[in-house]
Amino acid sequence: MGGGCGGDSSEDVAVVELGDEPHVLAVDDNLIDRKLVEKLLKNSSCKVTTAENAPRALDYLGLGNDTLEGTVSKVNLIITDYCMPGMTGYELLKKIKESSVLKEVPVVIMSSENIPTRISECLEEGAKMFMLKPLKQSDVKQLKWHLMECRN
Amino acid sequence: MDLVQLQRQLVEYRTSLYHEGFLDAQFTQLQELQDENNPDFVVEVVSLFFEDSERLLNELTTALEQQSVDFKRVDAHVHQLKGSSSSIGAQRVQKVCIAFRNYCEEKNVEGCLKCLQQVKHEYSLVKTKLESMFQLEQQILSAGGSIPM
Repeated sequence: MGGGCGGDSSEDVAVVELGDEPHVLAVDDNLIDRKLVEKLLKNSSCKVTTAENAPRALDYLGLGNDTLEGTVSKVNLIITDYCMPGMTGYELLKKIKESSVLKEVPVVIMSSENIPTRISECLEEGAKMFMLKPLKQSDVKQLKWHLMECRN
Repeated sequence: MDLVQLQRQLVEYRTSLYHEGFLDAQFTQLQELQDENNPDFVVEVVSLFFEDSERLLNELTTALEQQSVDFKRVDAHVHQLKGSSSSIGAQRVQKVCIAFRNYCEEKNVEGCLKCLQQVKHEYSLVKTKLESMFQLEQQILSAGGSIPM
């Protein structure tokens, strides 16, 4: 997250300074979709890191088995595909929400399939939004607005 | 052919691809993502799609040649192909993938083989058409013109 820790801020919540680019972690096993979501997010002035599966995402977030001390990166939003081999986006969501360090980070689930039970399952587990693929620029704009609202 | 004629030809060609269902609105989204910072974005993404699809089609061919077909594996590959084709707007390829997945669910080998043939055909068609379109765009750019939207 941006500055605001200590110094002038007396609030508990980290304050985002103007000009900070949100850092988004995008998780998707499909190469084309990763490239697309990255471009969509960059077009919305986000800094983007991509991961090709949930275990790699967890490593990056500091929750993985192979995370090295001192390499934990801060992200403001995690957007993940639902259907991934091995660990699904739903399972990734659960792990994030179970973490005391990361549970406040908004998680958005993407899926190419519009399955109501899947959607409610994710929202119940704490996903901020559920988005249908393929994503459009307008979806990402809405996402960013939502994210900025959460931060402020 | 002069520049104006080339540009007109491109617009007509592109329009026909939408009309015939080869491309859908998602392809337009891709084009809108391209800008001065990423002038080759569409070609890059489509090239990735070609590489990835060819890999998947080979995997599918192998998987369906097995004595005992692993339908989960076949379905996983088709799911990937369906996703990528949907993401770039290759509508006809995506549609065959939907039927393909149904046959996987039914564990219907013949149905799957039929779909594999169909998806290879549709993929080959859209690949040829997109390559022709890119070639036209290149000609326009080389002639000093800009690509009409």
